[in-house]
Amino acid sequence: MSESRHIALHVNGERREAETPVRQHLADFLRGTLGLTGTHLGCEHGVCGACTVLVDGRAVRACLMLAVQAAGRAVTTIEGLAAADGTLHPLQQAFCDHHGLQCGFCTPGILATLVEYLAENPDPGAEDLRIALSGNICRCTGYDSIVAAALAAARALRGEAA
Amino acid sequence: MTAGRLVGRDVARVEDAALIRGRGRFVDDIAPPGALHAAFLRSPHAHARILRVDTAAARALPGVQAVLLADDLRPHLTDMRLVVALPSPSYRLELHRPILAAAEVAHVGEALAVVIADSRALAEDALALIEVDYDPLPAIADCDAALLPDAPLAHSGADSNLVAQMTVAYGDVDAAFAAAPHRFAETLHIHRGGSHSMECRGVVALHDATEDRLTVWSSTQTPHAAKRLLCDLLDMDESRLRVVTPDVGGGFGPKLVFYPEEVVVPLAARLLGRPVKWIEDRAEHFVATTQERDQSWRVEIATDAAGRILGLRGDLVHDHGAWTARGVNVPQGAVAAMPLAYMVPAFRMTIRAAVTNKVPVTPVRGAGQPQGVFAMERLLDRAAQGLGLDRAEIRRRNLVPADRMPYATPLKTRGGIAVTLDSGDYPRCQQMALDAIDWAGFPARQQAARLAGRHLGIGLANYVEGTGRGPFEQVSVRVEPSGRIVVASGAAAMGQSTATMLAQIVAEQLGADVADIRVITGDTAATPLGIGGSNSRQAVLAGSSAHVAALKVREKALAIAGTMLEVATEDLEIEAGAVRVKGAPGLCVTLAAIARAAAGQPGFMLPGGRGPGLAATEEVVIDAMTYANGTAAVEVAVDVETGGVTILRLVFAHDCGRALHPRIVDGQLMGGIAHGIGNALYEHMRFDEQAQPISTTLADYLLVTATEMPPVEILHLHSPTPLNPLGIKGVGEAGVIPIPAAVAAAVEDALAPFGARIRRVPLSPVDVVALVDPAAAGPR
Ligand code: FES
Ligand code: FES
Repeated sequence: MSESRHIALHVNGERREAETPVRQHLADFLRGTLGLTGTHLGCEHGVCGACTVLVDGRAVRACLMLAVQAAGRAVTTIEGLAAADGTLHPLQQAFCDHHGLQCGFCTPGILATLVEYLAENPDPGAEDLRIALSGNICRCTGYDSIVAAALAAARALRGEAA
Repeated sequence: MTAGRLVGRDVARVEDAALIRGRGRFVDDIAPPGALHAAFLRSPHAHARILRVDTAAARALPGVQAVLLADDLRPHLTDMRLVVALPSPSYRLELHRPILAAAEVAHVGEALAVVIADSRALAEDALALIEVDYDPLPAIADCDAALLPDAPLAHSGADSNLVAQMTVAYGDVDAAFAAAPHRFAETLHIHRGGSHSMECRGVVALHDATEDRLTVWSSTQTPHAAKRLLCDLLDMDESRLRVVTPDVGGGFGPKLVFYPEEVVVPLAARLLGRPVKWIEDRAEHFVATTQERDQSWRVEIATDAAGRILGLRGDLVHDHGAWTARGVNVPQGAVAAMPLAYMVPAFRMTIRAAVTNKVPVTPVRGAGQPQGVFAMERLLDRAAQGLGLDRAEIRRRNLVPADRMPYATPLKTRGGIAVTLDSGDYPRCQQMALDAIDWAGFPARQQAARLAGRHLGIGLANYVEGTGRGPFEQVSVRVEPSGRIVVASGAAAMGQSTATMLAQIVAEQLGADVADIRVITGDTAATPLGIGGSNSRQAVLAGSSAHVAALKVREKALAIAGTMLEVATEDLEIEAGAVRVKGAPGLCVTLAAIARAAAGQPGFMLPGGRGPGLAATEEVVIDAMTYANGTAAVEVAVDVETGGVTILRLVFAHDCGRALHPRIVDGQLMGGIAHGIGNALYEHMRFDEQAQPISTTLADYLLVTATEMPPVEILHLHSPTPLNPLGIKGVGEAGVIPIPAAVAAAVEDALAPFGARIRRVPLSPVDVVALVDPAAAGPR
């Protein structure tokens, strides 16, 4: 039996406390322990990016971080991106508008990656976005629609007409 | 092309509302209370006898509920093998794969035991405690070597490694070659890898002991086939078993196969009286999910002096893997795709499928067609080089012209149905691609680049793809007394917007909004009959059934409303959830009221004289496939020092008939193109000589990322097919098919100064450097 710890953290703005085995990674904790199944696992070895979430605003691979390491931190998952009234985050809206998702399995990780990137690079070019996205694999879209959605979201976040 | 109110337009996808908020429900998101978790013990050997398995220590681990071997399952199953091979007279060996291996393992990753425990982590701890004594046997890794006389046998009980052999032929091919003034031959090695949907496979099973009912959620493209097999294997009657496909995170072929885990998990749930869940991880996906792999083609083309094709012949050796998990449809599809775009008067290809000690091979997006196209297009490039013809011109002379449509070929599908190219203008499609990439201006660009020390190349490839494989897909359309419209279909959604497609077609006829329609796909409880997702078939088959069913419901709604409003049906129209009198919008009756009237009242006649209920179920039967086509043209720059290939531009001109949703069509094509680029340059499922897999992480097996994607231009022609009421052809696989051939042609063109001949894909930088300077690269 694996040893476990009691941890407290903020998830999507809410304080959460739970018991976690010390060997459990953050993605399994979010999905299994907290029931936030919007975060997906595509490889569990740090390559595909599907599990990406925001920890204190930084995009992090939740399959490469232990749940215990998230104690005391603020985690944002795809469930926490929309506004409290349900209005989609501009990135979410742009992904719907530009067919940026097909099966939607890679989407939560891609959104987390882009939230961080656009916060630091509000006016990126298409090539910059491709580099920013190169750690996230999507098998469905061929990426063009994702880049188009990200450009539209960046415009919206800057307050320009999409 | 005329678009309807909704059909033919880029309506918002109905799938997105949940997915974009993280509220999708994929198989791993299903967590019944009290669920146990399964982990499978998989063979580390490519080929070995199982001498002894000791599970005592594993069973003793706290939290382990059961450790099951083949012998433990035997009393509860009607068969210990999965008998799933598609019919074919070509089989020489029966290779039905075991549900769990008992005596011998035939590939790395084959399962021989399952642990059921309180958590997945505990189940995996227990796997490490199972002791197995293996007696390793010689393994065969290479399909060509497998057919040599003294090759090690992949199965110790078999007398050879030849699992199937067949010849596809028409015309007098040897006479055509004997009389032909020109012949060109090639030997090609074509590799494709796995599907690598971002979501791996998974199964969750829930058993209700009170009524002996099983509900099975599986990330599958074929829930109805899964149900049939489960009913047979578990000896359960159909009414007690339900298979549901939840949201699927990509399919791309391998999820149409039925797997051992899909029966072991439900059986474990039934035996233990607890829900059981198994989620495949990526490491397992590399060794337990079917893939495509190696083919060797020895092929020859005969032409006249003008480059007109007189005949094609050759043979193909296909790596079948260790078991028959689907059939011989991959090499069959490869050979069928080879001549399809062109007028080929005589043809003979012999297929030999070789058993190897590797993961079974079944279709991956494209299903052999990229390989067949690769072989054909390489031969045409050889012929053009030999005859001094432009590569586009030799193709133009041989493409089936528009004025010959419909064009009956002498070929038959695997089901014996005649292959008739139904519509299209292949030469025009090619010309569109050539114009867009400025084929005519390329020699000047190439020359200028060479002077600057850069190596540019251009290539093109044509394909014709059989889509919409029949016979049918069931769709029911029902207006509930609440006014809600429910569409249920045997089609299985795996990310290709199936629900949106069905909602669009139905909403168009019922005056509704796409968002008003509730679509249920992949649930055997909602639709008794179904085939599922494969062969770019869902829009064609399910779309046609949805269209006809919606028309029937519309007609019935109008008839009932006519009675209720006492007006002729010609004076009525359906709009915004109601039937209205044209020109008198106040005079109307809602669909809900019509559905309620059609539900009947004891003692009263049904209005409209059309029988009860506002619903229709359709299974439009379409046997003949509809043939889509296209041309890819690619311009590349090759770094002759590093072997790096950069695709500078990619033009894809295609014809999928009428487009139901242009943006979704582009999305399907782009995904396929990305996959094709992977097959051309990056994706290589490697095994060593002992058939040990050596590319088993996504860091070793390279999937295309955003930075590898070139600028892509997609061009559309729309030649509606007469074969279905919507005029549509499938598009789910098209993108991948011509890309490896076009990229190889472009790289070869770039390396023309070095006399390079490209005979294999994928082309790694190491391969490219070897083409530039064979001596420096050493043996490979
Ligand atoms: S699941 Fe974490 S990177 Fe793939
Ligand atoms: S949308 Fe399917 S993997 Fe990206």
